[in-house]
Amino acid sequence: MQFRPIISAMRRNKVGAILIAVQMAITLAILCNALFIIEQRMALSKRPTGVDEANVVVLDNQWVGNPPDLIARQQGDLAALRALPGVLDAFATNTVPLSDSGSTEGISLHPDQKTASATAALYFGDEHAIAALGLKLIAGRNFNSDEITDKLGYNDIKPPSAVIITKGLADKLFPNANAVGQSIYDDFSKGQVPIVGVIDRLQVPWVSAGGWGSTFNDNSFIVPFRFVGPYPNLYVMHVQPGQAAAVIQAAPKKLFDISRARVIGKTRPMTVLRTEIYKNDKGLAVILAVVCAALLAVTAFGIVGLTSYWVAQRRRQIGIRRALGATRNAIIQYFQTENLLIAGAGAAIGVALAVSLNLWMVSAFAMERLNTGYALIGAIVVMLLGQAAVLWPAMKAASIPPALATRAA
Amino acid sequence: MFNYYLGLALRSLKRNMVLTALMIAAVGVGIGASMTTLTVFRAMDNDPIPQMSRQLFAVQIDNWGPDSKSIVPGDAERFQDQISYIDAVGLMNAKAAHRQAAMYKTGAALTPANPDMVPFQVQIRATYTDFFSMFQTPFMAGSSWSADDDKNHTDVAVITQKLNDKVFGGGNSVGKSINLDGHEFRIVGVLRRWDPTPQFYDLNNDKYGEGAEVYMPFTRAIDGQLASWGNNNCNGDVGQPGWEGHLQSECVWIQFWAELPTAEDVAAYRAFLNNYAADQQRSGRFHWPAHTKIRDVREWLVYQKAVTAEVRILVLVSFSFLLVCLLNAMGLMLAKIMGRAGDIGVRRALGASRRAIFGQCLIEAGVVGLAGGLLGLALTGLGLIGLRSLLSEEVSRLTHFSPADIAIAIVLAVLATTLAGLYPTWRAAQVQPAWQLKAQ
Repeated sequence: MQFRPIISAMRRNKVGAILIAVQMAITLAILCNALFIIEQRMALSKRPTGVDEANVVVLDNQWVGNPPDLIARQQGDLAALRALPGVLDAFATNTVPLSDSGSTEGISLHPDQKTASATAALYFGDEHAIAALGLKLIAGRNFNSDEITDKLGYNDIKPPSAVIITKGLADKLFPNANAVGQSIYDDFSKGQVPIVGVIDRLQVPWVSAGGWGSTFNDNSFIVPFRFVGPYPNLYVMHVQPGQAAAVIQAAPKKLFDISRARVIGKTRPMTVLRTEIYKNDKGLAVILAVVCAALLAVTAFGIVGLTSYWVAQRRRQIGIRRALGATRNAIIQYFQTENLLIAGAGAAIGVALAVSLNLWMVSAFAMERLNTGYALIGAIVVMLLGQAAVLWPAMKAASIPPALATRAA
Repeated sequence: MFNYYLGLALRSLKRNMVLTALMIAAVGVGIGASMTTLTVFRAMDNDPIPQMSRQLFAVQIDNWGPDSKSIVPGDAERFQDQISYIDAVGLMNAKAAHRQAAMYKTGAALTPANPDMVPFQVQIRATYTDFFSMFQTPFMAGSSWSADDDKNHTDVAVITQKLNDKVFGGGNSVGKSINLDGHEFRIVGVLRRWDPTPQFYDLNNDKYGEGAEVYMPFTRAIDGQLASWGNNNCNGDVGQPGWEGHLQSECVWIQFWAELPTAEDVAAYRAFLNNYAADQQRSGRFHWPAHTKIRDVREWLVYQKAVTAEVRILVLVSFSFLLVCLLNAMGLMLAKIMGRAGDIGVRRALGASRRAIFGQCLIEAGVVGLAGGLLGLALTGLGLIGLRSLLSEEVSRLTHFSPADIAIAIVLAVLATTLAGLYPTWRAAQVQPAWQLKAQ
């Protein structure tokens, strides 16, 4: 294929060619950054919590007033919930993963450390916690019942008697040693606390992209407190597969039978928490996908429109070429090569634009660096799009009869 | 003249329906996408209290010092966005501003007097009387409580119209009482719907959500040991056990706002705050020089990133998309106009000036822009419905089209398309009559 006649023809249509190239460049820049964001948000929303989400139901319970026998009432509630048909186990806590609310503490290895060795999310739970959340204990043991103490609100500050930590936190604190049997010091109580067990995974309650918790997503620890307070507590129930809906119906009824002096907020399975908390991430992904599709369509139609115009403009020249022996394929190839040259230039600018757009977003939104693979995929997509869009006008050009050359002028 | 050009433009657009439709569609989808995101952006970037936003200031006092081990992501100034109880009391007692109020979010179980209704949870804002005058909250009945109520820790409350409807079935409920966690609170005022968006005075909690349903004196809430239901940050030191220990700790959980009407007031308050912090240093509480800051509402919204990164990304993407759409329309216009070079040549030969040709083509571009803008408005409507189903309830509250948005859409469409039409139009005006006539 001869490039020179194509380039000299393009020189006479500079603006049109530049318009298409710039469109393709911007399309490419948006496309690969959008795909990158979509991929990241989807990956984020698929991270496991470590909890058996499909079979865990969470209920918000708040007592009216601040009755003096809170601990006894709570234990009564939990016993009633455990006795419900379909419920395997239950416990009370301050927060669960995917709830976007909770406490963080600094964890130190020595009492006088100035900066903490790790930051971790704090979960309260008794000996039922691991079973009720469906967590996997991978080392050490569960809490013994004599290790559990009462905690009356956040201001009831005292050192826990033991702690169970996640594998993520164990790896961070003791990269080369077995965490079980070691001790930690927590920010709040300042006491020395022995690690009795390690669980495979328990995600922190916060999940927003680049937000609080994103730098210590796997660092959590459970302290053996029976937690009550003048604010909503969570009752967590592990149910038999398929029993979640029935338990969601039965649990509030059972609790109201025990006492009506309470407010039950929501009762829902963990799967609902997951859908709600990642709604904006998924929404962003869908919106970006729609914009990308519209972008590709608009760019394609633009190419069709301008190339059709060029074909119309060059009808006579095409006729003459055909009369002089150019095959239909040669005409199609001419327009395809022309588009390839324009798209190639557009793709080159586009890759540079995509990378700089990403660098700007890295600094403005604390985004991650773009994987160069995305830029290459984007370049290929945009060039293929150009080839597909140019095909129809090129075929129309090829159907121009050679006789046209002799007819006019 | 304009009407004649308009007629010409319409006739020319009719002649090549496919190209015209493509142009209008390109402008329409571009406007639709960008207006959809811009609507949400404008709602997030909204000035929630325009008449007062330059006179209301959020107060920040660094009570953790330069060696604080807490990580505050992205804050080079190392400020906490809330203050401690000690500082809230200190600033309230000093009364150095024209008006001032400390406040925090809490909640309780409300037991209705009607035995048929079950208890339910309400969100409470504990604050001072100046809250209502400072933020110009509209009262449907009654008024705020008095400064004496603040001083005497009185059991009084201001409730919202919505709660009034729910508990009392509407009407003037001033003088009646509500039961919060077993304590009776006398209602002194009922607020009409007041929903500043974003909720500037406490952006840590429910940025775009609905605010409190009950307001009560801060001093009374502290007596009742109502813990914060919002963000509570302790810099790794929760203080002594118990409620009193919590109050005396350096945990930050209270928002503080001051009204400073004039520039002199602002300067004086800055000096006052620095003196206050210097006093804390002298008394041995702070081991660092005074580090304080006040920001007005606009500055506060920027500092607290009221517009989320997601929406910024969407605005960026959708406006780039609009740019592509306009480049597209520009290419099509160019093709269309150059296809009519013969036409234009004849008109020039018959005496039309370059200016006349320029004007005619530009009006054609404007007509395309207007049609694209109208299509864009319809698409924006669809886009907002889509957003409502795709995004969380909190963000969905921001997807409402205002008359200003409609004006922006139309003006943006016509202006942008006309701008894109400048080059093709200029090319049209350059058509040489003799060349075109010869070619025929």
